[in-house]
Amino acid sequence: MTEQATGAHHPQPRPRNPAQPAVERVTGAQSLIRSLEEVGADTVFGIPGGAILPAYDPLLDSTRVRHVLVRHEQGAGHAATGYAQATGKVGVCMATSGPGATNLVTPIADAHMDSVPLVAITGQVASKAIGTDAFQEADICGITMPITKHNFLVTDAADIPRTIAEAFHIASTGRPGPVLVDISKDALQARTTFSWPPTADLPGYRPVTKPHAKQIREAARMITAAQRPVLYVGGGVLKARATRELRILAELTGAPLTTTLMALGSFPDSHPQHVGMPGMHGSVPAVTALQKADLIVALGARFDDRVTGRLDTFAPNAKIVHADIDPAEISKNRLADVPIVGDAREVIADLIVAVQAEHDAGHRGDYADWWARIDSWKATYPLGYETPDDGSLSPQQVIKRIGELSDPDTIFAAGVGQHQMWASQFIGYEKPYTWLNSGGLGTMGYAVPAAMGAKAGQPERTVWAIDGDGCFQMTNQELVTCALNGIPIKVAIINNGALGMVRQWQTLFYGQRYSNTVLHSGPTVPEGGATEGEIKTPSGGTRVPDFVKLSEAMGCYGLRCESPDELDSVIEQAMKLNDAPVVIDFIVHEDAMVWPMVAAGTSNDEIMAARDVRPDFGDNEDD
Amino acid sequence: MTKHTLSVLVENKPGVLARITALFSRRGFNIDSLAVGTTEHPDISRITIVVSVEELPLEQVTKQLNKLVNVLKIVELEPSAAVQRELVLVKVRADNETRSQIVEIVQLFRAKTVDVSPEAVTIEATGSSDKLEAMLKMLEPFGIKELVQSGMVAIGRGGRSITDRSLRALDRSA
Repeated sequence: MTEQATGAHHPQPRPRNPAQPAVERVTGAQSLIRSLEEVGADTVFGIPGGAILPAYDPLLDSTRVRHVLVRHEQGAGHAATGYAQATGKVGVCMATSGPGATNLVTPIADAHMDSVPLVAITGQVASKAIGTDAFQEADICGITMPITKHNFLVTDAADIPRTIAEAFHIASTGRPGPVLVDISKDALQARTTFSWPPTADLPGYRPVTKPHAKQIREAARMITAAQRPVLYVGGGVLKARATRELRILAELTGAPLTTTLMALGSFPDSHPQHVGMPGMHGSVPAVTALQKADLIVALGARFDDRVTGRLDTFAPNAKIVHADIDPAEISKNRLADVPIVGDAREVIADLIVAVQAEHDAGHRGDYADWWARIDSWKATYPLGYETPDDGSLSPQQVIKRIGELSDPDTIFAAGVGQHQMWASQFIGYEKPYTWLNSGGLGTMGYAVPAAMGAKAGQPERTVWAIDGDGCFQMTNQELVTCALNGIPIKVAIINNGALGMVRQWQTLFYGQRYSNTVLHSGPTVPEGGATEGEIKTPSGGTRVPDFVKLSEAMGCYGLRCESPDELDSVIEQAMKLNDAPVVIDFIVHEDAMVWPMVAAGTSNDEIMAARDVRPDFGDNEDD
Repeated sequence: MTKHTLSVLVENKPGVLARITALFSRRGFNIDSLAVGTTEHPDISRITIVVSVEELPLEQVTKQLNKLVNVLKIVELEPSAAVQRELVLVKVRADNETRSQIVEIVQLFRAKTVDVSPEAVTIEATGSSDKLEAMLKMLEPFGIKELVQSGMVAIGRGGRSITDRSLRALDRSA
């Protein structure tokens, strides 16, 4: 076969028999692009540069791989994450060596914390120059070692197909995670052969997916014997695509269920068994149910500190069934009484059978008293918020209305902070894979690029980024990418002119000393407002930057909403604009706070339903 | 805290040792001793790590190690069921008066004199860390000029081999 320098868009039919794969004469770069085509990577987010340049030449000819040219590599990484979260496929990002690669560090760490299947491909300086502090050299394998599931340095072109196949396999199986493939420039330029499929060589990689039958039976026995069980559902259930099974199990047991920040949408928010989200800003019924439970069945969750609060006071009377595909998560934070290693889908499917068998044997859990207590907490402490009395917009109301006016297939991506928590609380998630956020790492700036990635992967769906004005100023340049590449996302900036969550902590724990959390005015602006000549917002301060103008400058529609009266009409207007990205600058009240709240480092028993309101659980009668 | 000896079989590839030591430091575990070398199979290296941790953190570090893609197998070797050895090379100050006493100690500990000069002898000794410690204590009064110690290596007693299954896995993938 002749070289395929320009023939990539006329793919030759290849024999399907893996024993005799067709061999093509190619460059390392062509081999890389062919490999990406073969593993099914249809979208790559990236920016070229010196070391990765050879790979971009055959990329131009590929009809199966779409490359989206982003404005910052961090955007490429989060976009790949958003794409992966929304589609269930492996997200792919690409960058050059040195600064290109180091700009991927944050999204890689983010994907690692949230177990997102991601493959990052970086160019590296020529193999002979590695270690010499060559121009744009960075030891990206060394740098990303603790934040990747695995990484590879490829210096021989012949290794490219096998490495790409292994990278996608590792990223997407077991507990998913990011894999970085660093390829030296000379390997991309070298002549080599390409054949597919390559033979994987991963003797040390054997994820356990099939749960142990004895443990499953024990878990089922405990579920039916418990008086106060809670199903504690984490992101692993979404990763395992086990939401259908989850619903069957939940309804079979009749137990209350809580979905973590990473698991929103895995179980319909409107379902009567759903008690809300656990954790620092979880609902009172969810946090309290876990605290008072006698059995917690953790499914693909990891007892994160934001869920448990002070660990030694978390759910003191509960036995723990902990199912996770990663054995290292089990008993890492909270000792498990019944550890189950396995894929959440297989675990839940097996649990359904085992619980049914218990029922058939006449063992059925009676949770009526438990539900009576939970229902009273639900009735007494619903999620709520106060509307500001100065006529300004309440951020919760904005987010709630966007959710109510959207169809249930709409995908929401949030940044990190108050708006993220409100978006988790006040939007009802009825379907899986409709909620994307940076849970573990808490990466401000996640929303816009993640929404871009989600929209690129799900072009038929409406994708909203619920962002804060702080977050938005970190990654908004990807709106240029969206505008130029036909990715019309919608962005709601919940603009309170401040780093809201940090400000909330300053209000509560630092005597209202607002050190460096005001975004819309500089340090010299006197208290109470802006300097003369500048536009005042309801909260005081400047309107710098003007997000409407900024958005328009980036090829987007820019809208603004400042009063509750125009809220619905502005949202509806944004819903109708689908030929370009839309940004709405919602000027909201700056003193709104996220409630309920468990202060960092304190016990979940100390949950505050609202400021100075500690729920009355009738503690004395308990346990 | 108790000492534990972990035998870690890894793929013999560049950077694997760095992955393992980086994991220890990132997760906040201290390595007491470390020894690395190839095994009877050229594609497999064996790392012997001695750590001082309690049972639960040991379980956690073992699980985290197992997640490393290049790690094939981890076995904890109980001191009672394993042979554990360290090597020490020590240069002791010696003159005509003290040399014979030093050589006597060397013989007592079944060590070897590997180099002699008018003002020093260099001794090679292998053994458990207790034995080596005892020997060094005896040599100390003469003046230790220089000392170098290997990490501990260990192998299970009996006929079974911990590499068997890993080798099969490696063969399958080849």
